[in-house]
Amino acid sequence: MSKLIATAAINAAHGLFKTAEEMLDKAIAEKGKDFVFEFPDTAFYLPQIYAMTAFPVKTLADMKVALEMAREMLHDAPEDTLWKPYLGEALDSGMATLFCEEIILAMRYLNGQEPATDPETGYVYNGFITDTIQRNLGIQLVDGRMPGFAAIIGAAPDDDTAAKIVRELQEKNILTFLSGTAKDKNGNVTNVTQQLLRKGVELGWDTYIVPLGPDTEHTLYALDWSIRASMIFGGNKPGDYKANLKYTKDRVFAFALVLGELDDVKWSTGAGAINFGYPAICDTEVPVIHPTGVCTYEHVEVELDHDKIVQRAFEVRGLKVTVEKPPIPVSYGPAFEGERIRKEDMFIEFGGQRTPAFEWVRTKELEEIEDGKVVLVGTDIEERYKAGGRMPLGIVIDVAGRKMQSDFEAIIERKLHHNINEAQGLWHMGQRDIVWMRISNQAYKDGITLEHIGTIHNTMTHNRFKSIVDKVQVTLYFDEKDVLELQEQARANYKERDHRLAGLTDESVETYYSCLLCQSFAPSHVCVISPERLGLCGAYNWLDCKAAYEIDPTGGNQPIEKSTVLDEKQGRWEGVDKYLQSNSAGAVESLNLYTIMDNPMTSCGCFECIVAIIPEANGIMLVQRGHTGETPVGMKFSTLAGTVGGGTQNPGFMGIGVNFITSRKFLYADGGIKRIVWMTKNLKERIAEDFKQRCEEEGVPDLMDKIADETIAEDSEKLMEHLANVGHPALEMDPMF
Amino acid sequence: MSNHNKPVKSAGSSAEEIIEWGESHEMETCFDRADRLKPCPIGETGACCRVCHMGPCRLVGKNAEEEARGVCGATLATVAARNFLRMIAAGTSAHSDHSRDMANTLLAVATGETTDFKIKDVRKLYKVAGILDIEFEGREVNEVAKDVAETFLQDFGRQNGELNYCKRAPEKTQERWKKYGITPRGIDREVVETMHRTAVGVDHDPDHLLTQGLRTALADGWGGCMISTDITDILFGTPMPIKAEASFGIFKEDEVNMVVHGHEPTLAEAIVEVGSSQEMIDYAKSKGAKGINIGGMCCTANEVLMRHGIPTAGGFTNQELGIMTGLIDALSVDVQCIMPAITQLSKKFHTKIITTSPKAMIQDAIHIEHDEHHPNKTAREILKLACDNFPNRTKEGSHISEKFPLIGGFSDEYIEYMQGGKWRGSYRPLNDAIAAGRVRGVVGLAGCDNPRVASTGIHKYIARELIKNDVLIVSTGCGSAACGSAGYLTPEMALENAGPGLREVCEAIGIPPILHLGACVDNSRILTIATNMAKEGGLSDEIGGMPAVGIAPEWMSEKAIAIGVYFAASGVPVIFGGESPVGASKEVTRIMTEVWMERYMGAMHFEPDPEKMLAMALDYIDKAREALKLRKYEPGKFGAERVLMDMAARRVITPHAGVGGINDAER
Repeated sequence: MSKLIATAAINAAHGLFKTAEEMLDKAIAEKGKDFVFEFPDTAFYLPQIYAMTAFPVKTLADMKVALEMAREMLHDAPEDTLWKPYLGEALDSGMATLFCEEIILAMRYLNGQEPATDPETGYVYNGFITDTIQRNLGIQLVDGRMPGFAAIIGAAPDDDTAAKIVRELQEKNILTFLSGTAKDKNGNVTNVTQQLLRKGVELGWDTYIVPLGPDTEHTLYALDWSIRASMIFGGNKPGDYKANLKYTKDRVFAFALVLGELDDVKWSTGAGAINFGYPAICDTEVPVIHPTGVCTYEHVEVELDHDKIVQRAFEVRGLKVTVEKPPIPVSYGPAFEGERIRKEDMFIEFGGQRTPAFEWVRTKELEEIEDGKVVLVGTDIEERYKAGGRMPLGIVIDVAGRKMQSDFEAIIERKLHHNINEAQGLWHMGQRDIVWMRISNQAYKDGITLEHIGTIHNTMTHNRFKSIVDKVQVTLYFDEKDVLELQEQARANYKERDHRLAGLTDESVETYYSCLLCQSFAPSHVCVISPERLGLCGAYNWLDCKAAYEIDPTGGNQPIEKSTVLDEKQGRWEGVDKYLQSNSAGAVESLNLYTIMDNPMTSCGCFECIVAIIPEANGIMLVQRGHTGETPVGMKFSTLAGTVGGGTQNPGFMGIGVNFITSRKFLYADGGIKRIVWMTKNLKERIAEDFKQRCEEEGVPDLMDKIADETIAEDSEKLMEHLANVGHPALEMDPMF
Repeated sequence: MSNHNKPVKSAGSSAEEIIEWGESHEMETCFDRADRLKPCPIGETGACCRVCHMGPCRLVGKNAEEEARGVCGATLATVAARNFLRMIAAGTSAHSDHSRDMANTLLAVATGETTDFKIKDVRKLYKVAGILDIEFEGREVNEVAKDVAETFLQDFGRQNGELNYCKRAPEKTQERWKKYGITPRGIDREVVETMHRTAVGVDHDPDHLLTQGLRTALADGWGGCMISTDITDILFGTPMPIKAEASFGIFKEDEVNMVVHGHEPTLAEAIVEVGSSQEMIDYAKSKGAKGINIGGMCCTANEVLMRHGIPTAGGFTNQELGIMTGLIDALSVDVQCIMPAITQLSKKFHTKIITTSPKAMIQDAIHIEHDEHHPNKTAREILKLACDNFPNRTKEGSHISEKFPLIGGFSDEYIEYMQGGKWRGSYRPLNDAIAAGRVRGVVGLAGCDNPRVASTGIHKYIARELIKNDVLIVSTGCGSAACGSAGYLTPEMALENAGPGLREVCEAIGIPPILHLGACVDNSRILTIATNMAKEGGLSDEIGGMPAVGIAPEWMSEKAIAIGVYFAASGVPVIFGGESPVGASKEVTRIMTEVWMERYMGAMHFEPDPEKMLAMALDYIDKAREALKLRKYEPGKFGAERVLMDMAARRVITPHAGVGGINDAER
């Protein structure tokens, strides 16, 4: 019965409190109470404590204050008879547990014990999840590539079961965190991480399997991560615990799979997770809690059958995952995209400067092609494939459809990378005529044929572009002569497309598109996407949105009629304002597309980089996600990001996609690229070519050299010195304010 | 249980034992008097008019409704309605005068006029200040308390506008009140106007009269009662679950038994505090006792049970029986429901009866007036008297050892907490449980116990049947005492006797199937609970229409009538036991059921048959479930409608809805 759970949770909280207190007191004795602590790369201090209480833990003394908050949440365990109610008390104990675990893990970081290393294999666990990873994952969270999250705690009865469960989660695109230990069926203490390592399963963010650490306490890292989603994407304030926990309950579809026996710490950590609305599904005979309300459905459920446990977890969490998979003999899905195929694991490869290769999408008339057909062209194809090694490969994908437009060719073509990569044992890099593909030994053994490459493209092009594409036919060329010849035709077509795209300006269209994909996580944010301004995540440009709208007219991308121009220079249109008023949950009244100063675009939180004003320099700086150093505004990216996300307008600060920097409309009303006084070296390199061209257009060919980066200045003073020395044009421009 | 073939007087086994002992010792109790003195059949049904001295007029006979007239020409409907209104006014006065004293005590504490009490629950003070729009951040606690007390005091004498707490009700409930003109202005004003309108020759239209009755009752519920509950929480702490015991076995043979009886908490709080002081315990020891055992009766008991776990000897009909144990050294009484018979009965024992309220004296009682600025002084005097009386105790009396453990202390605040803790507390789980059919509905089991039936028996019958039918019970006053003395207020009761759905919910939270909310004045907690359920969403968005019913199966006090009517006016169908005090008039009965249901979604029924009472309650609950389109209740079959969410569904989740708020996508 649930009293047992409550008793376990309440008791464990007392124990963890004591541990945390002892570790903290020891640290204070050794390092002093003013010793500063921060988890790696986060602007959210101790995120769990910060989200709940708004109390920023910066020093060990602060940690002591936070620990006292946990003390207040400790309770007496219920008695055997005539007990007092225990649910609220157990949930409080769960929260106390999370506070204590956060402090315990901080102490371990302080002692150099985190991230943990597996003693058997030397495998280094992930440890704390950084803000950068969080934001990197932003777009996957919303576009269905990562519809849910599993925390597996403990160990499966055997390695095969562990691999099977995780494989099923991967196939359903579930991001899986691993922590804790349990006994397997032979009574050996192990955990799923070790079990997967033994099965040779590739672990890491790319494969959607993230081992956090070997203790139950490490589960806290996953909770720390999800509570930050509320503050980063949801725009909820630290300390507004009700909003933060409602966000996780309603929008973060996480659950725990507890494999093997449970101890008190597992129950109390689970009670902490129930505060988030995350239920636990256990594979052992334990008490259940079925009445709903804190979680959306059951709180604790038992499923003894490992074939059903994943499906049961989905039902308990209220999670719907639709997976479209081509008929091939290997697993398929975004979780397999990140797999690498090393040379020794490779069976055969195509392209990659080793053999000629390309891929090309062409529009055809409906009657010209046969749907679903895969044509293989070449000599002795079978024998050459069986021999392995390398082969030339030209992939021509002919599509036809009443709603097909030549503009969509590039969009479909960009997805070819994902089509192949999502197949387990197939690897893909590059695009157009610089592609590189590999098939692993295992995939070959599993029965992958050359024809399957066509089958994958066929199925997935249909799936991804449902209402645009009525027929798809794939032709694969394997003879060098054919490949080279067709490659020339393709190149001519690529060139033509690029030209057409270059002519696409904001003025040349009447319709922009919204991107509301992020509203599942950032409910008040709307991206307005014009031909010259792509989405801030970098993943959606105007053409993508146009195609997406054709595919799903009620989906996340909606047309916005620009209507009357209200301000040409600032980029403000009546239609855009009207659209925002009714689609931003009242958050945005008006938007100027071309300025950072007045009603700029809001951000969901998964922006590729941040533009921030540096008032004293009369210009702006640019820093990309993942840059961990200081910036001249005195804030790191992670801190800066905290002021930008959550769907609010913040004049002087804005999140953007990297490619927007080289758009003619970049801060057009504020003076454009000449305002850039500082940007990271990484960004400089990424946009070098296009930026050079833009500088020439703007009549400042040497601008890039005048822009400072982290090697020149990381603070305002040095920056100003540099700008004066090089005579940066921003200094001479009109004041930004 | 009695083995005799005679009618059972009390359904409490130890009560019955004492009654029998009393009979064998020729001691008379209310049970005997009730047997001897049948109710006046004309007055009982509301047909006797005595508002002027041309009468009293008896409006009886064939076709009395159409033909009977008083000397002035008053119809039966007018007379029945007027009589009923005067009951409402009296009940409202009782709660509200108690409440006024509470406000004055709060003011005295805030201004430092009394130092015996302090503000114990600052969080509740701030909550109340927030509701009253009184600034509290960064201010002295006593400053805030002073503003709160003064704001409440205005409610009693307010001439216009509306009571402060009306705005706490769900908006739709408030709209109904406004639409039909029953939003109360000032508490005293409504009572005075009711007395005026029911005087000879003023208001004669039964519907018009009853509308004022509703307004007066609302002044009781959302005024007097709610103010009293909140101030008592502020001064003495908002209740949290606490263990206690009930029935006559709570008296101790070797300790001074000091019993507090009546309805007010203030002096009782002081007695509890002073009674546990070493000084007083030593004094008791000097008199040969091992210590001081404080017990309670009636609603003063409930007040100190909820906050200190003080045991209760039971409700109204137990007061004489308590004396007959011979174990009570002093019985201190304040106001309301105190039988004057106790002073005569006490003469047969050593028990001292002490009246303490300046408003209430009884012949032959010792009067030690409660000095509200120095409550501890009064308490000390009373306790000393009890200790001094201990050596006078004899063996005489019906000694009972039976007692039952219980868990009490369920405030609205704790009920919210218990459903999710500090961070996730809400009414979502309860609303979910109702929607899913785990909990069929909620019944407020309240009101008195009554010697005209096998006392406490209907409470027990209704309670058992309801929980078997998956109905969660919230109980107050003598309803709680009845259930407590039967051993029903335990978490084990849910495991052993509740229906499968209710059992699951009780087990998940760890609660008894019957939640003891406090004294009868704390029926206001049911109003706030119903309001929270409405605001949480997913059921009805007003109090009306909830699968909830109020039952007072053994009522006798006019206070019960005021409470019943304020529930009806707030939207709760109410079922009272016994003969209807308006039963003589079909028209008045029709207005109070059909017309009130249409206007306020509440009604007031009188039904003496316990089985019919139960059936009516379940029928109301099931009809409300049907109207709300909730899953049809089937015992043992329940579960939430599962909606699996894909990404598109998640994008349309309403942003910024309140915690736990159900949204369209979830529905």
